[in-house]
Amino acid sequence: MTASRQGGPAGAEGQQTGHFHGGLRLRHHKKISCAAAVERPPLPELLVVPLLQQAGDMAEPLVRRGDTVLKGQPIGRCQRGAAVHAPASGSVEALEDRPMSHPSGQPGPCVIIRPDGREQWCRLEPLSDWQNASPDSLIGQMQDCGLAGLGGAVFPTHAKMRDGRERKTHTLILNGVECEPWISCDEMLMREQPGKIILGARILRRALGAERVVIAVEDQMETALKALSDCAEFSESHNISLVKVPAIYPEGGERQLIQVLTGLEVPAGGRPSDLGLVCQNVATAAAVAEAITAGKPLIERYITVTGNGIAHPRNFLALFGTPVAHLVECCGGYRGDVARLVVGGPMMGFSLDTDAAPVVKASNCLLALTRDEVAEPQAEMPCIRCGECARVCPATLLPQQLHLQARSGLWKQAQEYGLTACIECGCCDLVCPSHIPLVDWFRYGKGELRKLARENAASELARRRFEDREARLQRLQQERAEKMTRRKQMLKDKTMQQDRIRASIQRAGHKGAGKPGGQIDIRADGTSDDT
Amino acid sequence: MLISILLMGALGIAFGLGLGWAAVRFRVEADPVIERIDALLPQTQCGQCGFPGCRPYAEAIAQDKADINQCPPGGEAGIRALADLLGREPKPLNPENGEESAKTVVLIDETRCIGCTLCIQACPVDAIVGAAKLMHTVIKSECTGCNLCLPPCPVDCIDIVAAETGPPHWQRPKPQTAPVAVSLQ
Repeated sequence: MTASRQGGPAGAEGQQTGHFHGGLRLRHHKKISCAAAVERPPLPELLVVPLLQQAGDMAEPLVRRGDTVLKGQPIGRCQRGAAVHAPASGSVEALEDRPMSHPSGQPGPCVIIRPDGREQWCRLEPLSDWQNASPDSLIGQMQDCGLAGLGGAVFPTHAKMRDGRERKTHTLILNGVECEPWISCDEMLMREQPGKIILGARILRRALGAERVVIAVEDQMETALKALSDCAEFSESHNISLVKVPAIYPEGGERQLIQVLTGLEVPAGGRPSDLGLVCQNVATAAAVAEAITAGKPLIERYITVTGNGIAHPRNFLALFGTPVAHLVECCGGYRGDVARLVVGGPMMGFSLDTDAAPVVKASNCLLALTRDEVAEPQAEMPCIRCGECARVCPATLLPQQLHLQARSGLWKQAQEYGLTACIECGCCDLVCPSHIPLVDWFRYGKGELRKLARENAASELARRRFEDREARLQRLQQERAEKMTRRKQMLKDKTMQQDRIRASIQRAGHKGAGKPGGQIDIRADGTSDDT
Repeated sequence: MLISILLMGALGIAFGLGLGWAAVRFRVEADPVIERIDALLPQTQCGQCGFPGCRPYAEAIAQDKADINQCPPGGEAGIRALADLLGREPKPLNPENGEESAKTVVLIDETRCIGCTLCIQACPVDAIVGAAKLMHTVIKSECTGCNLCLPPCPVDCIDIVAAETGPPHWQRPKPQTAPVAVSLQ
């Protein structure tokens, strides 16, 4: 069923027209965190804001220890990426390395803010007349407000939008398909803030110069779907359609969703903008609406705190930098024997070493798993070539082949077999009867390929610089040699020398005319001597 | 008989001229083998191989004046790639040339630098900037880790530091598990 109106071209009604290869139907576990309404937790004692919160570069700090900051004030700047802002007003307690909710588990530079509780905003500069604002100013505002994809990949929004604009996007897809089990933050956002999502969609559409918006929602999110289709903004907007898609993991993946909606495949190594599409998460759209109409930077997000290890699972609208332990406390604390804390879902998330790690732009879910849920690491067995992994792979790869190549370090071959197209969804891991940690190998392999590419680029640069330097040195040497030969030539050339000497004598004679002793004797060999 | 001899002769002359023209027209400037060897070398320009840079070493390999196991920064992987390209047997790195180690870069201690420009002259890739009697600094992203700037420094103000491996450059480790043999009864 689609709830579309004022449809675009036929077949583009937002009707589901395709399906993707493989995938799995997983148990949802979403209801338990959807019962309570979303609230802001009380301010924590300290906010730990990491300077690396996005795919790409680390931000440079703009504040120093002891500075007073206002809510929403920029505290980190990034040349190419999104900025980082103070989530609350207060004072900067320190700038130091702390755990920062990164898959590496390594600590990194964080700005530690002690909130003063006044929640005083800095001066906000909304673009209230966004209907008439230029797309560039809209995208610039998104960059200034630190927007990044809130679906989990945290790709800077402005970069995606610029790319989409340059490549003539015709359709904006809003991704409300939250396909991983346990996570319900996008569902709660769609239930509670449908107007903001639609408004954000219209702003994004204007910034892209696109015609249509398709909002994709999982078929089991009835309440969210109803909230979206009932909200006033939706009935007032044209060319925005809502599509229900079946809940198959990993349908929330950008490429898989596009395949389901359009039947088209994004080429490996390409981007959705190659097909004239841009995909944004619904939470990003809501953040865009805040950033443009209220000028509010991205300082908070919906996060699900759930799992059998949490007393009262629920969703929060949490400030970045809030330690996850604070959120757990607000949920009534831990329950049972918690064995693992996961950021993200059970399929693609990563484990935390400590619950002091903060909420960051990428944190969509905190999952506390109890001892009996965490599977004992089973002994890995040799691959029996059953082909189950290839059957479930949504990227239509051959995981068994890639696994052998990764194990043997055959990176070139692995690349030819499409290792970089792996979306690390974990389906192959789950079905492997030999318990081979396939995704771990693929993540490692993708890292190796990135490293190789980096090294190649570096060596190419070094080669160029070396060659340029050689050329320069050679040129300098040549110039010096030429100068030398010119000089020697001049010395050899007697007549020329004589002329020059005569000319200089004449000059001297003019100056010294009438002075006694101003006579100069010229010897036959050309040297002169004052007498 | 005569016709066929003349015909074949004429054809031979025609093709010969064609080939001669093609040899001039489509002349390959550099020796492609050198280019391909050079592409496999790490371009650190460190001179540990005994040649003044990666390209001279590539030329020496191509002319059989040097062995393929003289490049420590390229390491085992580099030797394997060279062996593959040249159809030779890979061999272990020659210890006389040095040992394979993790990538490093250099850092100038700016408080100790006296601005003598000696390191600038030594750097093969122009990765050090500065002027006489003014502080020098290393462009970290351009430094190849060749360490050629260390010996000329009169005040010993250049330190070797590990290349960054922190979170933006962080890489997932290799999975540790190995398959176990299945015991059947």
